[in-house]
Amino acid sequence: MQSGSIKTIWELLNNVPDPEIPVISVVELGVIRDVRLINNEFIISVTPTYSGCPAVKTFQDDIHTELITNKITNFKIEVVYKPAWTTDWMNASTKAKLKKYGISPPEKIAQCPQCNSKSIELISEFGATACKALYKCSDCLEPFEHFKCI
Amino acid sequence: MKDILQYTLRIADTSLILAQRLSEWCSKGPTLEEDIALSNISLDLFGQANGLLEYAAKIDQSKSADDFAFKRDERNFYNLQICEQENGHFGDTMVRQFLCDTYFMLFYQQLSSSKDENLAAIANKSIKEVAYHLRHSKNWLIRLGDGTKESNLKVQKSLDKVWKFTGEFFEMDELDHLMLDEKIGVNNTLLKKEWDNIVNQVLSDAKISRPKDSYMMTGSKRGLHTELLGKMLAEMQYLPRAYPNAKW
Repeated sequence: MQSGSIKTIWELLNNVPDPEIPVISVVELGVIRDVRLINNEFIISVTPTYSGCPAVKTFQDDIHTELITNKITNFKIEVVYKPAWTTDWMNASTKAKLKKYGISPPEKIAQCPQCNSKSIELISEFGATACKALYKCSDCLEPFEHFKCI
Repeated sequence: MKDILQYTLRIADTSLILAQRLSEWCSKGPTLEEDIALSNISLDLFGQANGLLEYAAKIDQSKSADDFAFKRDERNFYNLQICEQENGHFGDTMVRQFLCDTYFMLFYQQLSSSKDENLAAIANKSIKEVAYHLRHSKNWLIRLGDGTKESNLKVQKSLDKVWKFTGEFFEMDELDHLMLDEKIGVNNTLLKKEWDNIVNQVLSDAKISRPKDSYMMTGSKRGLHTELLGKMLAEMQYLPRAYPNAKW
């Protein structure tokens, strides 16, 4: 496929999982900002979640692989910083997927993803990845990760 | 463009060198959570430095971001001297971090309205991350200062030791004035008032006293550093210098 359509590209991108949280795609994560067709070349604009997130390089490689596998070669990935990524770009269905996966989604008030209790305790603002904080539920006592609002 | 390049390198180097220092805590943190926190903060700063160095590489197309990080010598680094100071104990690191985070917050707030779109965008993104870092370092400073007699004594000493490096935050040289006139750069002098307000408030909450301003270190804008930077670079740059074609 030498050209394809912008819609096809979006569909393929939606198959690329977030490297750290594979239940959501890079599109759902909100890091794909734009797909344009200029001079028969697709320009895919991606933005980092956190400046130093190591997954940024990985998902660029994954996008590359996904498109090449689907015989799309006329594309370029560019990194944009503006507007800065925000968790507001995640919709309700994405947040529901996070919760099902055991991660408290980015809402102002964190909630235990296991028992829905709001009686929780912050363990550390910094978790296993830059985007998450560590909490513990005071009711079911399970530790859990909360996707920070940013 | 040469002026913007130089200005960008100053901001990039400050983040890069502080990130490198913080990364030395990785696997040595006092608790698992703090180990992760310090590594995460380090990563954010590396990311900010990377964005800025990529921009520098766009201006000077003969170099890559990696070239800037790994193939410049000490005299061509322009990071604030406070960033290259040793980690010391956890309290030393937190005091240095708090002073820097407060500065970063105020500096990026101003830079976010820069006429240079690239600098403005990176500043805007960095503010969000720095807000987390500042909350973390501020809370630790208060906890340690208002903790035990021993911890209070220790962070007071940390502050006294590093204070002479805080003058550089607010310096303005010819390039700063030029960038300010072109609405690209920040008026560092104007950051001082708010920086003082925040620092004084937190020091008071932490029950530690603000050192008297005396001699302030200077020189990083001209590439002058304390002897610590050379040693850091020797370690940071070893691999790409020893194996110039290495890929990672």
